[in-house]
Amino acid sequence: MADAIEVQGLVKRYGPLAAVDGIDFTVPAGTVFSFLGPNGAGKTTTTEILEGLRRRTAGSVRVLGLDPWTEGGALHRRIGVIPQDFRFFEKITAKEAIEYYRSLFHTRVDPGDLLAKVELLDKIDARYDSLSGGQKQKLGLALALTNDPEICFLDEPTTGLDPHARRAIWAVIRALKRDGRTVFLTTHYLEEAELLADQVAIIHHGKIIASGTPNEIIRAHGHPARMSVEGPPELATFLRGHVELPTAYSEGRVEVELTDQRDALRVLTAIDQSGLPWRSFMTRQDTLEDVFVRLVGQMDEGALKAETPA
Amino acid sequence: MNARHIGADLKVTARTYLRNPVALFFSLIFPIILISLFGLIFSSIGSSSVTLEVLNEDHNSAVSQQFLSALNNTTVVKVSLVTDSSVTPSNFAAWLGQNDDPVGLVVPAGFEANFTSRHPVNLTLFTNPTDASSSGTAVGAVTGVANGFNLEAAGGFPIIQIPPPRTVGSQVLTYIDFLIPGLIGFSILTSPMFSMVDISSSYRKDGIFRELSLTPLTRAEWLTSRVLWYVGLTFVTAGIMIGAGVYLFNAHVGLTLGIIPFLIVGPFLFVSLGMLAGSVAKTPESAALIGNIITFPMMFLSGTFFQVSAFPPGLQTFAHILPLYYVIDGLNQVMLFSNSARALTDLVVVFVTAVVFFVLAIHFFKWRDE
Repeated sequence: MADAIEVQGLVKRYGPLAAVDGIDFTVPAGTVFSFLGPNGAGKTTTTEILEGLRRRTAGSVRVLGLDPWTEGGALHRRIGVIPQDFRFFEKITAKEAIEYYRSLFHTRVDPGDLLAKVELLDKIDARYDSLSGGQKQKLGLALALTNDPEICFLDEPTTGLDPHARRAIWAVIRALKRDGRTVFLTTHYLEEAELLADQVAIIHHGKIIASGTPNEIIRAHGHPARMSVEGPPELATFLRGHVELPTAYSEGRVEVELTDQRDALRVLTAIDQSGLPWRSFMTRQDTLEDVFVRLVGQMDEGALKAETPA
Repeated sequence: MNARHIGADLKVTARTYLRNPVALFFSLIFPIILISLFGLIFSSIGSSSVTLEVLNEDHNSAVSQQFLSALNNTTVVKVSLVTDSSVTPSNFAAWLGQNDDPVGLVVPAGFEANFTSRHPVNLTLFTNPTDASSSGTAVGAVTGVANGFNLEAAGGFPIIQIPPPRTVGSQVLTYIDFLIPGLIGFSILTSPMFSMVDISSSYRKDGIFRELSLTPLTRAEWLTSRVLWYVGLTFVTAGIMIGAGVYLFNAHVGLTLGIIPFLIVGPFLFVSLGMLAGSVAKTPESAALIGNIITFPMMFLSGTFFQVSAFPPGLQTFAHILPLYYVIDGLNQVMLFSNSARALTDLVVVFVTAVVFFVLAIHFFKWRDE
């Protein structure tokens, strides 16, 4: 599969500060790539460099084989972008907005079809300023699709949306992937990335700290599966002596790390044998969010220690 | 430049504008208010006369009556006889002050007797330094009429004669006639300048330029669409102003095709200048400040409300570096004086300035970040 996006040694500096500090990644065509990171990590800067809205300081960037800064004109005809907090002319209706973009891109797309695709057909004649936050984002998405783009850049497209609107946007992203388009998605919602993305990269302080499929990242950086049981501290002591698995106690819950599925049965049997009171057990595996929080936290702690010499 | 892109953007601009009641008010109703307001304030200039309060102590003698009627005939002063019997020459000054009258004249008792026996006699004129214009008019009129009477009494006759004066230009002009080209210039300046300064910073802040930068629309196409929009709007506004001036104040303006180039090149200049001012500013606040610094001196010093020739010499020189001066002077030349040679010079100045500002605006106006 050809790569839709290739980034090598990308650097963006603002004075002495490196907002993006030498990152590499590739996005195969037809996949959903999710770019994650806390606020100020360099997500939006990277995205804007890929979109041709910002000039890079160093490194090589190719989007559909084009240099986004010097060949932005040609690139913009082939990509669709919905920025964070999409804004448009307030008195213009959804239909008129699409007609405007259609004239600019010289396409023949039907406004009704496009609005139906993003579930906004009922607002075809509504003016931008009368739309809710979710509806505005949907209109932004419809406009980003006016030129039938090969790559869609979605910068936090569901931030601030209610669960229903968020799911509608997800459905559109899945449909884009089914159509064979490449989606570059930045998001705060780790659940969103885990659900939609084929590949994920986590950026922090301008560097990529983890990348791969969501499962690969969880396996590489996550904790093993664990069983959690509500019970007294004595239960933790009992289990440590009987099942020989790492066991911890915290705030009324005993947590035992499991190395494979059958460990769960051994732990339950040991709990039963202990004769101690217990209730409500559950098994739990790290999500992408757990891994993200841990990786980012570890890096910040490391940075803090480095700054405060003993 | 792609005409289809410009057309599409023009359509969106027009819809945005026509759906905004405030914008509509400013382009359709405000010109009428402006012309009515300034028309009413300034319509007295050059047309009505100064009222001269006269205390005639010569008990309405024939000579005093002839003198006062000669004053009335000058048309620059209008004699109003004081009928209040409590007013005397000694309290006349106070009485004038109480009644807000700027000028007064006392014709002394024995005026006729002294005049016919050729004894010098004093006419006492009261003037108000805070109203230099009325005072000057009254002094001039009284002196002139007195000289005429003296000449006649001495048996002389005037060698240099002055027939009734004729008005500058090709037709009889009043202040309102000068006001119409001035106010058209005023709206050519203010409407695009204020709106472009605002748009240039608010579109940048709201990310609308960013949106547009991701489409095939170019900055030059976008700015051209704005120029076309304001040219159209200027035609409507100018039409309303001329209509209101002619209908409400009986203004005399020449409706020649020579107006049209100024209604095109004027908005072209100020859309570009407004965009340039907004683009060099870092924040919306500084954009507004830069816009005001450029706009306000031009608003008043380019011949909008007052003829530049009436300014002190230093200020006249300053007016000549203001681009709006050439728009208004050009409009005056075509609408009032039929002076097409000078209008053409003005037009060339405005056009060249507009092209320079347009190129600079495109250069400084970035819709993506470095």
